[in-house]
Amino acid sequence: MPAQSAQQPVLEVRGIRKEFPGVVALDGVDFRLFPGEVHALMGENGAGKSTLIKVLTGVHPSDGGEVVLDGRPVRIAGPLQAQLAGISTVYQEVNLCPNLSVAENILIGREPRRFGLVHWSELRRRAAESVADLDLDIDVSAPLDSYSTAVQQLVAIVRAVEVSAKVLILDEPTSSLDREEVRQLFAVMRRLRDQGVAILFVSHFLDQVYEICDRMTVLLGGRLEGEYLTGELRQVDLVARMIGGEPSDPGEPSDSARREPAEGADAPPFLRADGLARSGAIEPYDLTIRSGEVVGLAGLLGSGRTEAARLLFGADHSTRGSVRIEGAEVSLRTPRTAISHGIAFCPEDRKTEGLIGELTVRENIVLALQAARGWTRPLSGTRQDEIALHWIRALGIRPGNPEALVRNLSGGNQQKVLLARWLITDPKLLILDEPTRGIDVGAKAEIQKLVADLAGDGMSVLFISAELEEVLRLCHRVGVLRDRRLVAELPNDGSLTPESIMATIASGAQS
Amino acid sequence: MTKHRLFWPAVVLAVLLLANLAFTPDFFAIRIKDGHLYGSLIDILHFGAPLVLVALGMTLVIATGGIDLSVGSTVAIAGALACLHISEAADPASPGTVVASVAIALAVALVLGVANGVLVARVGVQPIIATLILMVAGRGVAQLVTGGQIITVTSGPYRLIGGGYWLAVPFAVLLAVVVVLLTALLTRRTALGLLLESVGGNPVASRLVGIRASGLIALVYVFSALCAAVAGLMISSNVSSADGNNAGLWIELDAILAVVVGGTSLTGGRFSLGGTVLGALIIQALSTTIYTIGIPPETTLVFKAFVVITVCLIQSPAFRAKAVRRRSSATRSARPRPLKTEEAEA
Repeated sequence: MPAQSAQQPVLEVRGIRKEFPGVVALDGVDFRLFPGEVHALMGENGAGKSTLIKVLTGVHPSDGGEVVLDGRPVRIAGPLQAQLAGISTVYQEVNLCPNLSVAENILIGREPRRFGLVHWSELRRRAAESVADLDLDIDVSAPLDSYSTAVQQLVAIVRAVEVSAKVLILDEPTSSLDREEVRQLFAVMRRLRDQGVAILFVSHFLDQVYEICDRMTVLLGGRLEGEYLTGELRQVDLVARMIGGEPSDPGEPSDSARREPAEGADAPPFLRADGLARSGAIEPYDLTIRSGEVVGLAGLLGSGRTEAARLLFGADHSTRGSVRIEGAEVSLRTPRTAISHGIAFCPEDRKTEGLIGELTVRENIVLALQAARGWTRPLSGTRQDEIALHWIRALGIRPGNPEALVRNLSGGNQQKVLLARWLITDPKLLILDEPTRGIDVGAKAEIQKLVADLAGDGMSVLFISAELEEVLRLCHRVGVLRDRRLVAELPNDGSLTPESIMATIASGAQS
Repeated sequence: MTKHRLFWPAVVLAVLLLANLAFTPDFFAIRIKDGHLYGSLIDILHFGAPLVLVALGMTLVIATGGIDLSVGSTVAIAGALACLHISEAADPASPGTVVASVAIALAVALVLGVANGVLVARVGVQPIIATLILMVAGRGVAQLVTGGQIITVTSGPYRLIGGGYWLAVPFAVLLAVVVVLLTALLTRRTALGLLLESVGGNPVASRLVGIRASGLIALVYVFSALCAAVAGLMISSNVSSADGNNAGLWIELDAILAVVVGGTSLTGGRFSLGGTVLGALIIQALSTTIYTIGIPPETTLVFKAFVVITVCLIQSPAFRAKAVRRRSSATRSARPRPLKTEEAEA
């Protein structure tokens, strides 16, 4: 190990343990973080990454083990104590006040005061100084929501390090950023690292981890798998350690899924949208989805992918255009009508739009089927158990306890619960909005394989993803959206590459 | 066992009853007098029956994330209508008259419930506002029905509902038990409970999963009004009179308290009928306790408020954890500090 081993870790965790009802999230995990390094925390969903972070930031009290900060055992009782102790966190979703100015956001809660009142000019000066410290060009007097998500994320980082943070935790900071924004973020991270800040970086993008991180800690099923220098662990080996199996290339298994449109162009269309639109959300678009076909929607964040899909599910009302299902014109006024026509929808935001957090895995799985049957025709308890256990096994949902509360599950397992919920209704068209976002490689590969298998059995799938490789791997055709408009529909005939899709997004023209 | 949902409400009820024993040595005594069960515990069940019913309806409303403030007024209206019909009838003591009066009260309650349900589920008025309308206006309606007077009735069959006995047990208690059991069957043997919890737990997700929430929501307001109407019949029957002004006054607050004490969250989602029954009995036992231990009348509300907040805090896992942590951290800080650094370096 380099010089770091001679140093004392700024943060050390020993034998930490955390249990939730029915789940052991962390089981005796050790973890070290040295000053002046970028350290990746790796693991599949459910490996315990989020829980470890929440323990470190005082969101969850630990059930055992100790946290040592600067050589002293500490007890982190809450997020505020964590900040005061020098541990700052920036979460995936920006937790700032969009209507306040950048300067206020940076210093809120610790505003400089004069005569008991806020010293505004000093506040702006200090905020501008901390922004300049990180080589950023942001007008601190402008309201936060006048900036993009990426800049807001940077502001959150400025706020986090302004309290002389020794440890900065970045939880999935890059998931909604484009390449240029990621580069900018990495520049800030390197600068902070050189100032001696220890950065804990959590990301599902392996390339980014390899680009920015010095060392990594791998968790597996709530236990410590190992600690590695980034340069000494090949990506293939990392993936193997994360999923706890033999080294294999994660991309390959599902590559077989990429098939020529099997039932092809002559299969009857299951759904046809003509000039479907919703003003302010999505411009008129035409789209045909055939039985057994996987149609992808690609485009940047906010390009109208989700909006287009929501119209097909009746989640939003269309303001014009028509939809035909199996040749007959239908009016998709509510999700209920769409469901009755055999359409299922897994929304992008699992927590707020998908799951009922305080209900159990079993209840969440049977919910769609039960809703379709109505409350007077209940599924019996034994039938519910059968269904739940069957799908827990079929999709490998962990923990395998149908009575566990769904909110205690990790992201990937929650996604599988959602899939199970819809698959038991035996849909003809499955709309998946970012089904693999924020979930680990193992679960991702499983979900991709599942999608390919379902399409092979004749189900139509509308697959929305920001990851072009994934779209190319799974889809027979790819609709490209840009600025709330469907600009192109490209057959995935083997000549399509991520670069050509990106070129279409960029130019907005048929290539 | 402490993790069971009903554990803390049951403990609180037991403590409350035991506390009474200290003041009233024969508190737990149950005697048979004139073929009727008689004793303080029976009184709590008897006088608690209307509250149990109102709280039961309130539980389902709260499970959907709503609230029903109009139940007190519905209690008054139902009692007033029934008593008015009986007092105007040719033969107040005939069973037919009483059945008709009950039917009228329930039918009007149905209409009131539908009105609440439509306002909340269709028009989209916030539940607290929608039901506040009937809470305020309903008192006026009740007084209109009674003509601003207290209507007194003399009717044997009507007296049975709230004040009579059947098989030595107060009829009101039997009625409440039956309604509780039916409600439990209705919610847990059908999928109603699951769908209500889903709608209350996450309305957006529930819509996307295809649950027709508006029908369910309207249904619980109707159910709540019907429960309140039965409670209103019990209350007016027990005193053989209808008082538009005071019948069921503030019962909505006791009912909400009972639901909360019983462990159902005001934000909606998971609900517990058993918890609500215990909660209602806790509130009733508390009222009884206040009388028996002789709290001065002017401080009863303060006393009640104090007990209720204590009960809520005891039930909160976060509060208990905090209290325990505070105590253990006090003992820890007594340990010499250097010891900890040694551990850290070891």
